[in-house]
Amino acid sequence: MTMLADPMPGTETPAPPLRQALNLADMYRDSEIGPLLAELDRDLIGLQPVKQRIREIAAYLLVTKARRELGLETSTPTLHMAFTGNPGTGKTTVALRMAGILHRLGYVRRGHLVSVTRDDLVGQYIGHTAPKTKEVLKRAMGGVLFIDEAYYLYRPENEKDYGQEAIEILLQVMENQRDDLVVILAGYADRMQTFFSANPGFRSRIAHHIDFPDYDDEELLRIADLIAEKEGYRFDEGARAALADYVAARRNRPDFANARSIRNAFDRARLRQAIRLFEAGGEVDADALSTITAAEIRSSRVLSRDG
Amino acid sequence: MRLTQGAFSFLPDLTDTQISAQIEFALAQGWAVSIETTDDPHPRNTYWDMWGMPMFDLKDAAGVMMELKAARTALPERYIRINAFDSTRGWETVRLAFIAHRPPVEARFALDRVEAEGRVQRYALRRVPA
Repeated sequence: MTMLADPMPGTETPAPPLRQALNLADMYRDSEIGPLLAELDRDLIGLQPVKQRIREIAAYLLVTKARRELGLETSTPTLHMAFTGNPGTGKTTVALRMAGILHRLGYVRRGHLVSVTRDDLVGQYIGHTAPKTKEVLKRAMGGVLFIDEAYYLYRPENEKDYGQEAIEILLQVMENQRDDLVVILAGYADRMQTFFSANPGFRSRIAHHIDFPDYDDEELLRIADLIAEKEGYRFDEGARAALADYVAARRNRPDFANARSIRNAFDRARLRQAIRLFEAGGEVDADALSTITAAEIRSSRVLSRDG
Repeated sequence: MRLTQGAFSFLPDLTDTQISAQIEFALAQGWAVSIETTDDPHPRNTYWDMWGMPMFDLKDAAGVMMELKAARTALPERYIRINAFDSTRGWETVRLAFIAHRPPVEARFALDRVEAEGRVQRYALRRVPA
């Protein structure tokens, strides 16, 4: 057996000599971080705290890499995150991109995202929860596990609830297999607060608590433009002014959901545009088909009620 | 006696890194990986016990390694093997199977001569106590 244990002659590779100094600027250029951050700035409007945190994580991973190359002590940083914010502030959108971002930064091996809610983790009977949670965790290994509306895992009103079992398994894997997967919890701010105070283990194992701020009016208008552009529509001048009024009025309604409200308003405006073109009859050109006018926005319930 | 069944069984035992690399390969081919165990490693015994369900939709070997470690801790006295099942039409079979864990004392077998019709001589493997 000694023959097998000996390496074949000529195949041993000497460890590369440790370097004395590294140029961080060079490393930054060689990595994909620059284009990645530019892309985020372009595709996501507003969300300054989120972009700032992604920038920090990128820098941290770069420094960790540099430390490793210089032979300094390094341990895998924990990157579990919690996203909190009001409805429609982009939590899910950012989470979906986070897997790709962490993959390109070289933190996760595969870069896929497994998106689950309480139903995927918690079973219906005794002994049903652990295998279910473990299966989800195994699927997420090498990527990102995104738990939407995570506070539903914990139901204080029912002490026999199986959610607690799922939480315990999650915590264990989050602690022991930090380099195998990243867990992102998302939910509305106040309910996540309750969730964390009931499960202090979660709070301490999550290094990054990112709060998603509400969008201001100007950002919402830019989002409307972006949504329309993606769908091949555009707003004319009158529609844009109407939209500004709409955003201001919509904000004061109780069910305001930031970008999601804008998305819905756009969908309704599109319907109204279709019926207008349909009832007008006659010939239409590409321009008419893709233009949304003030009339479509003004006829919204939100604007008609207050004026 | 060293049990030789499945792939790689004439090689020294695979290390965890090597096992992990084999699983990575299987997953890259789109095969579903599962873990099985037995205390009866007779070559004619094709019915090994399943360790949990076969693992579909995995992207990374870490999930299988987690289960393998759990199986080793729970059943150190059994043989544990890893199967990779190819569901492609026309194949629909296990494409790769190898032993990932052996008990500290391996199973022993004896060869029996068996008399068949017309003085034909046949042979049979018989498990003997270690």
